[in-house]
Amino acid sequence: MQAGQPTNSFGRGPLLVIGSLIWRVSTAVAATTSPLSPTNIFAPASTPANSIAYLSVFVLAITGIIFVVVFTLLVYAIIKFRARVFDAGREPAQVYGSTQIELAWTIIPILIVIVLFLATARVIHAVQDAPEPANAVEVTAIGHQYWWEFRYPKMGVVTANELHIPVSDPVNPSPTFLNLLSADTDHSFWVPELAGKTDLIPGHPNRMWMDPQRTGIFLGQCAQYCGVQHAKMLLRVSVDSPEDFAAWVRSQQQPAVQDASVAAGRRVFETTACINCHAVAGTNANGRFGPDLTHLMSRATIASGAAQNTPEKLRLWIQDPNKIKPGSLMPAMQLSDADLDAVVSYLETLR
Amino acid sequence: MSSNAITIPGAQIGEKPWVDTLHGWLTTVDHKRLGILYIVYALFFLVIGGVEAVIIRIQLMHAHNDFVSPQVFNRMFTMHGTTMIFFVAMPILFGFANYLVPLMIGARDMAFPRLNAFSFWLSALGGFLLYFSFLGANGLYGAGNAPDVGWWAYAPLTARAFSPGNSSDYWTLAVLVSGFGSIGTAINIIATILCLRCPGMKLSRMPLLAWLNLVMAGMALITITPLSAAQIMLLVDRYLGGHFFDAQAGGSAVLWMHFFWIFGHPEVYILIIPCFAFMSEIIPVFSRKPIFGYPVMVAATVCIAFVSMSVWAHHMFTVGMNSYANSFFTITTMAVGVPTGIKIFNWLGTMWGGKIQFKVPMLFCIGFLFQFLIAGLTGIMLACAPFDWQLGLSYFVVAHFHYVIVGGILFALFAAFYYWYPKMTGRMLSERLGRWHFWLFLIGFHLTFDLMHLPGLLGMPRRIYTYEPGRGWDTLNLLVTIGTFIQAIAILLFVANLVTSYFKGDKASNDPWDAWTLEWSTSSPPPAYNFASIPVVASRRPLWDLKHPEDPDSRYE
Repeated sequence: MQAGQPTNSFGRGPLLVIGSLIWRVSTAVAATTSPLSPTNIFAPASTPANSIAYLSVFVLAITGIIFVVVFTLLVYAIIKFRARVFDAGREPAQVYGSTQIELAWTIIPILIVIVLFLATARVIHAVQDAPEPANAVEVTAIGHQYWWEFRYPKMGVVTANELHIPVSDPVNPSPTFLNLLSADTDHSFWVPELAGKTDLIPGHPNRMWMDPQRTGIFLGQCAQYCGVQHAKMLLRVSVDSPEDFAAWVRSQQQPAVQDASVAAGRRVFETTACINCHAVAGTNANGRFGPDLTHLMSRATIASGAAQNTPEKLRLWIQDPNKIKPGSLMPAMQLSDADLDAVVSYLETLR
Repeated sequence: MSSNAITIPGAQIGEKPWVDTLHGWLTTVDHKRLGILYIVYALFFLVIGGVEAVIIRIQLMHAHNDFVSPQVFNRMFTMHGTTMIFFVAMPILFGFANYLVPLMIGARDMAFPRLNAFSFWLSALGGFLLYFSFLGANGLYGAGNAPDVGWWAYAPLTARAFSPGNSSDYWTLAVLVSGFGSIGTAINIIATILCLRCPGMKLSRMPLLAWLNLVMAGMALITITPLSAAQIMLLVDRYLGGHFFDAQAGGSAVLWMHFFWIFGHPEVYILIIPCFAFMSEIIPVFSRKPIFGYPVMVAATVCIAFVSMSVWAHHMFTVGMNSYANSFFTITTMAVGVPTGIKIFNWLGTMWGGKIQFKVPMLFCIGFLFQFLIAGLTGIMLACAPFDWQLGLSYFVVAHFHYVIVGGILFALFAAFYYWYPKMTGRMLSERLGRWHFWLFLIGFHLTFDLMHLPGLLGMPRRIYTYEPGRGWDTLNLLVTIGTFIQAIAILLFVANLVTSYFKGDKASNDPWDAWTLEWSTSSPPPAYNFASIPVVASRRPLWDLKHPEDPDSRYE
């Protein structure tokens, strides 16, 4: 199946009709009311998430019917067969079993399992085995303790924590394929409204894809426990219109802005430990341990989404990262107030 | 069977000094005393694990809470999971198996009494090692003082680069040592059931509790072995320069996952099958009918045991297996639902047409049936690999397995406590406190774990010490935390009931529930030798035959 095509046609069994009815009602409700959450798995905006949500509703419908049937039988048995005062002392008829009934409640579940399995296998295949079209955007996502590195090898772009991808036209899909790697421990890439999660494991490259159908900011975070600050390894995916995406790529391809007015800050940056971990393209800072800062100011957040990217937060972050993200691997830089202000001014120019 | 207690001359000469009593308990090889030791030990850790759960829940009460630091939070969920699985659920179920199996098959003790004591003390050592880490694991810079790697301890987080100091070593050794204890007990249970049944008790006449514990012990023997092997490999990696799980040197982080989950998933069944056993003994007695479809119940259990050995990688749907592997583990996992469903239907068939008495043990059984039904259905959802790509590693899966472990296993254990406490102590637990315990715990349980599914559907991952506001998670988490406190109050009532009833409870007769299995034929509590003369049975319900000589079960076999 071509990536980007909707995979939500299941055939015509009665249960499927019920499932699709519930699906239509619930999407209609979701569309009219205010969103419950920006990370709702039932508000999909991309084919993999959509296929999963559709299968989920189908499975929920079947399990819901099973629940209602068995629940009713249990309640009926408890009420109908409760011991009553007037016949105390007499034992009920001693029944040891019934082959017919036991066969029935073996075979019916087997049939249900077969139906569920076929529906599931179809979605597994459609999502996992989707071929990569030639116009797909390729991104390498590398999990670090506790931030995300995104590299666009065909475009020569490197950024962190905020992934930019183009919106995909349903007629002429341009999906994004992620190659998932890890620099240290296990992580998991999860943006619920775009796709299910896939782990980033050292020595075990993974792949996932998404083809967002609308522009906007999509939120998510690391889902596989990766250490102290697993909780603040947040994800932002900006789905841009094709024009905005092209403009973003062009700006990211530029080397860092050189601004003579902040030379003092740049000198502090380049003569302290900052450059051991951080890279700024076009300068001698080429560390790979921390996020690339070449276009730091193009990002809305710092510390992998733990704080807004404001001068005050940036200053606090450099002064003592533990104030924002205790356990973060960035050390407190122990700079004097003057050096701190200078470095912040310098970073403020990296647009 | 009424003459099952013999008087030993000189045995009742006043109180023994407490040192003698203590010495007697520490050196005992009696299966009943070891069973009680296992249970008391597990209850102690249940309270500790519960306190850890409360700390976790307070921290998650609202967004950006700072009740504890992330380091402490990570230790709490690691210790909570490890404690509850390895040092509460396993020992408490082994305790009941130890106590009940010999009594129910008409034996005087386990097959290997001294191995039994050795196994218990090994398991106990494991728990103490784990908690000694709070004092002893202060290692190098940055090392936690208790394990903080999660209860699966995924590689490479346990490598020395990411887990300096000794906290992970204490975790590994605790799991390894208690695993040896579990293997010993498993061997003992198998040998006891196969070799020590009383005359007339063919395998097809064994109480289901014995059958299910036989299956459980077989599974424990098979699956704890790879877990122990993995712990040794981890120690080799950490201290002898091995690279089993080190991807940078050609090892594989995924290998650890396979080793862990080929233990970890059957482990769920190792825990739930003895609980099925409690259900299969208690529901018939309070429905006044024999178990419906005994042979099918045995067959379904054996079937669960076999199939559950081939489902482990459903814990790894997000790891990036290919579509064939994901499909295979989807179908095997769903297939386990069939024999499990048969069990629920057979319990329903047992109640159907009976005269159900709502004593406290039966209340907990009914709670179990409803909750285990829901847990099974959410399990089917998680078995669909694509659904799991969304739900796995989220609060939905946390709610699911707590539904199994608390709503299923713990409810079954409470039923077992209220049912067998009279046999173990000679005193009845208070019905009135028991009903308070049941209803409070039921309300707290549902408030906590019903609602806990929802943040998972709204994208909340597990194991996060704090979360951002505006995700729709705040109110739900607050309600979940309130439910936790209600459960904690119910547990305190339960402990109070255990303690006060021991001293002041009504005296229990030998057979307070008018039941049918052999343990009710001896005194409460049973003498050290269990039975003065070894019983002879002619059917699955020997006491029914005695009480109804006009219509014995043996006539129908």
